[in-house]
Amino acid sequence: MNDIVSLSLEDQIRLLEKKKISSYELTSSYLKNIEEKKDLNCFISINENALEQAEIIDDLKDRKSLIQGIPIAHKDIFCVKGQKTTCGSKMLKNFTSPYSSTVVEKLEKSQTIMLGKTNMDEFAMGSSNETSFFGKVKNPINSLKSPGGSSGGSAAAVKANMCAFATGTDTGGSIRQPASFCGITGIKPTYGRVSRWGMIAFASSLDQAGIFAKSALDSAIALEIISGFDEKDSTSINKEVPNLKNETISKMEHLIGVPKKIIENIEDENVKKNFLENINLLEKNGFKTKDIDLPFLEYSLPSYYVIAPAECSANLSRYDGIKFGYRCENPKDLEDLYVRTRSEGFGEEVKKRILIGTYCLSAGYFDAYYIKAQKIRAMITESFKNAFKNVSVIAMPTCSNEAFDLDSIQDPVKMYEQDIYTIPANLAGLPAISIPSGYKKEMPLGLQFIGNHLEEGKILNISHEFQKLTDYHV
Amino acid sequence: MSEKDEYKNWESVIGLEIHVQLSTKSKIFSNSPTKFGIEQNSQASIIDLGLPGVLPVLNKKAIEMAVKFGCSINAEIANTAIFARKNYFYPDLPKGYQISQLDDPIVGQGSVEIECDEEKKLIGITRAHLEEDAGKSIHDKYDSSSAIDLNRAGTPLLEIVSEPDLRSAKEAVAYLKKIHSIVTFLDISDGNMSQGSMRCDANVSIRKKGETEYGFRTEIKNINSFKFVEKAINFEISRQIKIKETNNEIEQETRLYDSQKNETRSMRSKEHANDYRYFPEPDLIPLQISNEYIENIRKSLPELPEQKISRFCSEYGLSIYESEILNSSKGMSNFFEKVAISVKDVKTAAKWILGDFSAILNKNNCLVEDSLISSSDLIDLLNCLNENKISDPAAKKVLEILWNEDLKVKEIIEKENLKQISNEDDISRIISEVISKNPKQLEQFKKGKEKLFGFFVGQVMKTTQGSADPKVVNKILKEKLSQ
Repeated sequence: MNDIVSLSLEDQIRLLEKKKISSYELTSSYLKNIEEKKDLNCFISINENALEQAEIIDDLKDRKSLIQGIPIAHKDIFCVKGQKTTCGSKMLKNFTSPYSSTVVEKLEKSQTIMLGKTNMDEFAMGSSNETSFFGKVKNPINSLKSPGGSSGGSAAAVKANMCAFATGTDTGGSIRQPASFCGITGIKPTYGRVSRWGMIAFASSLDQAGIFAKSALDSAIALEIISGFDEKDSTSINKEVPNLKNETISKMEHLIGVPKKIIENIEDENVKKNFLENINLLEKNGFKTKDIDLPFLEYSLPSYYVIAPAECSANLSRYDGIKFGYRCENPKDLEDLYVRTRSEGFGEEVKKRILIGTYCLSAGYFDAYYIKAQKIRAMITESFKNAFKNVSVIAMPTCSNEAFDLDSIQDPVKMYEQDIYTIPANLAGLPAISIPSGYKKEMPLGLQFIGNHLEEGKILNISHEFQKLTDYHV
Repeated sequence: MSEKDEYKNWESVIGLEIHVQLSTKSKIFSNSPTKFGIEQNSQASIIDLGLPGVLPVLNKKAIEMAVKFGCSINAEIANTAIFARKNYFYPDLPKGYQISQLDDPIVGQGSVEIECDEEKKLIGITRAHLEEDAGKSIHDKYDSSSAIDLNRAGTPLLEIVSEPDLRSAKEAVAYLKKIHSIVTFLDISDGNMSQGSMRCDANVSIRKKGETEYGFRTEIKNINSFKFVEKAINFEISRQIKIKETNNEIEQETRLYDSQKNETRSMRSKEHANDYRYFPEPDLIPLQISNEYIENIRKSLPELPEQKISRFCSEYGLSIYESEILNSSKGMSNFFEKVAISVKDVKTAAKWILGDFSAILNKNNCLVEDSLISSSDLIDLLNCLNENKISDPAAKKVLEILWNEDLKVKEIIEKENLKQISNEDDISRIISEVISKNPKQLEQFKKGKEKLFGFFVGQVMKTTQGSADPKVVNKILKEKLSQ
């Protein structure tokens, strides 16, 4: 069975349950594939013990979890005990974590096999995977293209059959945009649904872990496992996690909200056309849609690029060369130690954002930037709240374009505009999913569904319905 | 110009920021213990170290303690309290920011009454907020490098900020003592200043008497004893007066008190003041405190010094002065009450505790909590006194021995032969002997030299080695001499 790596998670589970395949076979096939596709640069580190762990799991008498024995990959932002956790940065290139994140622990408890840690934009700051200290990731569909970012390594690894599913994080679109660029499914749940314990912080009030998989159904299975309240994360939500797999496949009534103004203003005609055709397809198959208004969404980008850098400027202060991580050689004094460690240890994009954030929080600028951005954030949240009084999900494109050529975007603002359709869900803390929805010049496009607070089931359900009607995801 | 003249035209304006370490078992945002003086870096968890990916979880006990304090100074308690990040780089600050509070502190405006030079005065408290302590930098242990101990990092602090209502170093000390007594009576801090459980920053400015505007202030950082607070403020006041008297301007700055030289030194000027770039801590959700929670704490507050003072007066018939001194610390107050409930004569008990017992403590530089004389020893001794088993001088001797030797009161009385002779027949016999041995003195006494009564008392005491009951001796001696 040479192409077991290309099977869906659901099929793999069935074969493992029937003992038609072993975890060892699956793991070695993935490892082989990872080795063969090394050039894509999806992984920062490989788990040397993966095969050994697979053998141990194959020897277990009972299946203790649905996904027992499934080989997976973690974005290198999740701390794994005893493993290097770099966050894509020179600053942490030799950092071995003494503890595991909750996401990693939950997947370990489910007896999955971690194949390795995937490449990413440095500290999750970037939309192209070009800011990684460990080199850029190439898009498996066309290696001249970007896989998107920041979780580009995870997205490309799933697309290239290097793991059954992968974890990622999404602060402003870092799961959905790469999912769209690589033609796979990527879901960012409600803020607080998945614990942030052990997930290296970029912007604490926006960061949320999620899943890359081949389909909505596969994503639902994996997401349910990593979700749930965690007393170690004060911002995690103390609500029971529903059976997401059941919700995904159950019969649901939908009224799909379409933000008319935003769609009208899409610049790329292909993207607009693709979106409208897909809405049309859903309508033809009996799904009701409704034009909605989402005021203030046009201020999402500027508001995000104040709040996220502000929070990151503090979150990254701990990388000072004192306790762990990179330290410059022969510092003259304390100030020199700080300045050189941080100048040498951080890449350009990270430094840029720390500077923006520091500026926004400085005396005299705080009200004009940070407070104003928070006000806008509250208004956007309110906009969504009102919209969800009438609709069950909201549809939007994931990105304003298909995957672009690596190194083609030099203007940082142009790069920041990548997140224009994904950021609103982060600001409002809402669940959102990107699913493959067609192509432009052979590169995939993504359709995004945004759900109401804690209603991951609804966006998974509509995505599953869409995937029943289409084969962009296969 | 003498110092007094110099002071005459000026008024000082002082406000204190007091940092109180709360006596929670674990840290404010992690479950590491908060013990003092244990091996370096042995109680710093991954959260205290600020490792990548860790998150803070607020200790509920710290909230309870802050609310207790707020209730006891009649302050408004916030229903929603917000934590904020205070950003600055320092090696003993692991995250590069301190989790503190800026807007919406847990405790709002309140006040306490202090007494200074027999005058009572209400001192406003602007706010009190929760924050985490930093670690310690150690610069004198290694030759070419500094060391960092993060045991203290994350210890909960309650920062209590006063209004600029204090007008002298003496008032500042009285206020600091007041806060010390509140937090120790509430049992929310051990108040141990030498271990840094209570530290304070003093904001000092001066202005011409009668002026209403405040002058430029300086902030003296990290003073850690009552004595140093008084000295540092007094030094700073005269330094500022000297500057003003020579028509120069005070620079707004942060200063450091050097207790060895008894002076304050400039640390950083206003231009170099940190911009802490406070913003709401996104890792913690706003803290919601219900009125019910606050009321429950208010109802269960322990008795505070003021309440105890008035109760001691009414319940035990003590003077205000005695009650105040007995309530100057929680330890003394508790010690006294333990004794008071087990003795017949509480007033005498108070007299002994305030007198000889306190003298022994002071002489040995010892807190009542660490006293080598237990409350039960003292109860035994006071009961012996009350039953006339020993005399006052003998009791003093017993007290000394109790401190120095591991013996019980009865054993000491036995061993030192201190039992009081109060049997009238025995004393009468001894007095007869004394009189017959001193015929000359007897003759003179009879002739009217009444001062010699004391001589006879002295002789009786000498013969009995001080163990005769003086009351009985007086009575019988009077009878015999007038025969």
